[in-house]
Amino acid sequence: MWLFGLLWALPLLYAIWAAVHPPLYATEFELGSPVTLGNFARAWHAAPFARYFLNTVLLVSFTVTGQCVLATLAAFAFARFSFRGRDLLFSALLLQLMVSPSILLVWNYREISWLGLANTIPAMGIPYLGSALGIFLLRQNFRTIPTELDDAARLEGCSLLGRLWKVYVPLSRSTYVAFGLTSIAYHWNDFLWPLVISDSVTTRPLTVGLEIFATPEQGVQWSLVTAATLLSSAPLLVAFLIFQRQFVQSFLRIGIR
Amino acid sequence: MTGIASSLRLPHRPRPHTARDRNNRENTMPVISRRTAVAGMTTAAGMLAAPAILRAQQVKELSFYYPVTVSAPMAAIIAEYCERYAKETGISVKPTYAGNYQDTLTKAVTAIRGGNGPQFSIMLTADIHTLQALDVIVPLDEIGLDKAARDWLASFWPAFMFNTRIGGKTWSVPFQRSVMVMFYNKAAFAKAGLDPDHYPTDWKSQALAAQKLTNRQGSAPMWGIELPADISNGHWTFGALCGSNNFDLMNDAGTKVFYNAPKAIEALDYWVSLSKTYNATPPGVSAWPTLVPSFLRGDTAIIVTSTGNLATITANAKFPFDIALPAGNLHPGSVVGGGNLYIFKHASHAERQAALRFAQWLTAPDRAADWSTRTGYVCVTQPAFDTPTMKAYIEKNPAAARPKSFLPAAHGELSTFQDARVQTVLENHIAAALSGNETPAAALKAAQAEADGILRRYQHA
Amino acid sequence: MEQHRGAWLLVLPAALFIFAFTNIPLLATLVSSLYTSPIAGHGGGFVGLDNYRDLLSDPSFRTSLVNNLIYAAVTVPASVILALLMALGVNAAIPGRATLRLSFFLPTMLPMIAVGAIWLFFYTPQYGLVDRFTRFIGLGDINWLGNTATALPAMMAVAIWKQAGFFMIFYLAALQNIPPVLREAASLEGVSRFYFFRRVTVPLLGPTTLFVMVTAAINAFCVVDHVIEMTQGGPDNASSLLLYYVYQAGFRDWDLDTAAAATVVLVLILGLLAAGMFALFGRRVHYR
Repeated sequence: MWLFGLLWALPLLYAIWAAVHPPLYATEFELGSPVTLGNFARAWHAAPFARYFLNTVLLVSFTVTGQCVLATLAAFAFARFSFRGRDLLFSALLLQLMVSPSILLVWNYREISWLGLANTIPAMGIPYLGSALGIFLLRQNFRTIPTELDDAARLEGCSLLGRLWKVYVPLSRSTYVAFGLTSIAYHWNDFLWPLVISDSVTTRPLTVGLEIFATPEQGVQWSLVTAATLLSSAPLLVAFLIFQRQFVQSFLRIGIR
Repeated sequence: MTGIASSLRLPHRPRPHTARDRNNRENTMPVISRRTAVAGMTTAAGMLAAPAILRAQQVKELSFYYPVTVSAPMAAIIAEYCERYAKETGISVKPTYAGNYQDTLTKAVTAIRGGNGPQFSIMLTADIHTLQALDVIVPLDEIGLDKAARDWLASFWPAFMFNTRIGGKTWSVPFQRSVMVMFYNKAAFAKAGLDPDHYPTDWKSQALAAQKLTNRQGSAPMWGIELPADISNGHWTFGALCGSNNFDLMNDAGTKVFYNAPKAIEALDYWVSLSKTYNATPPGVSAWPTLVPSFLRGDTAIIVTSTGNLATITANAKFPFDIALPAGNLHPGSVVGGGNLYIFKHASHAERQAALRFAQWLTAPDRAADWSTRTGYVCVTQPAFDTPTMKAYIEKNPAAARPKSFLPAAHGELSTFQDARVQTVLENHIAAALSGNETPAAALKAAQAEADGILRRYQHA
Repeated sequence: MEQHRGAWLLVLPAALFIFAFTNIPLLATLVSSLYTSPIAGHGGGFVGLDNYRDLLSDPSFRTSLVNNLIYAAVTVPASVILALLMALGVNAAIPGRATLRLSFFLPTMLPMIAVGAIWLFFYTPQYGLVDRFTRFIGLGDINWLGNTATALPAMMAVAIWKQAGFFMIFYLAALQNIPPVLREAASLEGVSRFYFFRRVTVPLLGPTTLFVMVTAAINAFCVVDHVIEMTQGGPDNASSLLLYYVYQAGFRDWDLDTAAAATVVLVLILGLLAAGMFALFGRRVHYR
């Protein structure tokens, strides 16, 4: 098992090796070769990674927050209310679990252009704002919340949204964490749709920035490219390292029913 | 050719072009106030400047996309040029790095269709027909060429004007131009008993030399020669091989290709034989990005790549090297490549003129020489070669003088309508031939058939 | 369950976005695949299944389709089995399991583009790690990305490396949800570990396996970042996948009819897969 784990980590370790060694030593494996952080500095300056970072953070914040809000509202309705066409609507929305908006990129690109939103940061997140996965998970969780709590809140005179906010949301924390983390990871790493939508440095996220930086056409200095790669992935990796326990726990708790 | 928005068959909201064209400042200003301003100034005696200049002076910002495909610090250099231009003229030119040539084309056209595209861009010279078909570019003649501009256009090397003139008009300005050349390791040549000062000039001796240089045993295995065959580069290599067979792969109009002509088949036969018969090159497809690192590490003795890599190799090679024209069946020959500056149709008259002036500034002899010494691209004009900067550079790096002599023997790059697709068809079949899945003749015949299918609709247009 | 007129309003925003960017585009793509766009201002109109006929006669498309099916057939089982093995390994009380878990899961946190860049380096002939290894064991130089025979397997390896760790987490959760009392009862009755695994653990992992398989299958058809980064579909379409074909048709060739038709085929396959998997395995899945 240990060997397996080591083998699995090998590509990443190789990349780290190349990133911390000067170009000449990047591809040899002499243990005594000089270690340097210069590649990271050069990579940082070779392309506007600071801006790419900002764009990505903005994009992910916008998208995930929007998803949580919209999904909460919808999941509440599906979980606790009956209305005409409810089940049909739910099934229709579940289509998105299978067909991600990025597959329909040609048509979605047209829609975004019509709205005049091409090459903007929100445009990269808008198609995803309605999240079938979020609705599905939250609905599942909301249904397990005892109705007594809900009734108690209603008796206290809480409005619809009040009940939602006071009873359902706090009791679904682990679902929010699990969904939030999954969504953050997904959108931080999303590539194809942002590639199509973003045309300039002010909107380009890290993934697209990295791709054009590492495009094979360049003479390819692997130390530079691996340094840039690690720079782009660092925040997510670091966040995961810090929050791994919570991350794994929340997955354990939501389970697959 | 259809554009995304115009291809809809279903009812759609028509896009109001001018209102959404954010970069197009002229159009966001109410027409009336502009006319009033001009009328007012005309009546003010003594303040008369030609209306064109006046309107041009109102352009304060331009933006463009550019690709980086060689290992030179192009982003930094271009940023520096734009800063200098801003200081000299007060016009802020904003460069955006857009990836490789294909990415840059896709992004520029996508942005234009989305309503906020750049006013000009640096794109593959050979994409001229594709761009024409997409109806996004405007010829320089339409923008207005005075005598100075016409002299300037005449100063460009004829080889670099291939793929830029259609229908008697000039559609783009050579900027980052290159020739495909052989970089060879002189130390390795000497070690193998070959003359390091004279690169082989015919196909057979080139193959034999590569064979001699190949040594797969031992602790430092070396390949004799490597040629790039991957997607978006394979066609260029093949173009060089055909160029060295004195053959052009397409017609001037960009409507026909001649993939399965006997001379082309000869070229591919030769290429395949380098691995099959002479064992001098790795079988299969060699990728462009691995060539320069390979050469610098001493893993390959000869590489076929762009002069654009000259600066990096000069800076990093730990052994003596030189560049030479690819050996030819009849005599050495090659193919030109690289990018030109295209001005877009959607830009206003003033913006086009401003872009044209920027192009002239960018390719002025001193700047062209500076560009060439820092990147390895070839000086696009003769006057650039004669500047003191270039002369001093050549003294220190004699290899830099060679491209000038290569130009007369260089052919135009493969350029047709639906460029990318037609090139990929060729590259796919070259890959098949190099992998041994198809014979060269069969591969090129299939490629010709596919290309004919793609180009058919343009042949009677 | 209560009735409330406001319930519809709650659902409206999310539904709006989903309809606008998934359901309607899907329908629109389907409809537009039955038309052709005008060329140079003339032609165009309803053509029924002509676009599909042209699609099937395009060798590039056929290769992409076959490639994708093979790709899915390999990456799905491989990812699932590896994920289960990883979960079993990490679940056992061995020292350093947190590091092990980290090592398996990290690839999932990286963007596919980064994974592509790293593996591009990994696969480089001559000094790439893989090539050094094959030379070390005597297999010689293999140009993984430059050979029609090895390009697709190379892409498969990248995908499996990226996603197995993610699935491991789900298996881990499911394993930890198996009540230990079952294990105790089994050991009391002298049942072998392998028997227990086969007859108890695996069936109980049924729902997870189904979920993981469907996700892996969807990924196999919807993730092409690594193809864009590493091989651009080459050499000779050896590593071209369906969605990559759609991307090329739509954004390189500006051929929207082909892109639409190919997208419809892609969605059909996804639908069939999901339906098929649920039908086939749904019955055998044991819910508690």
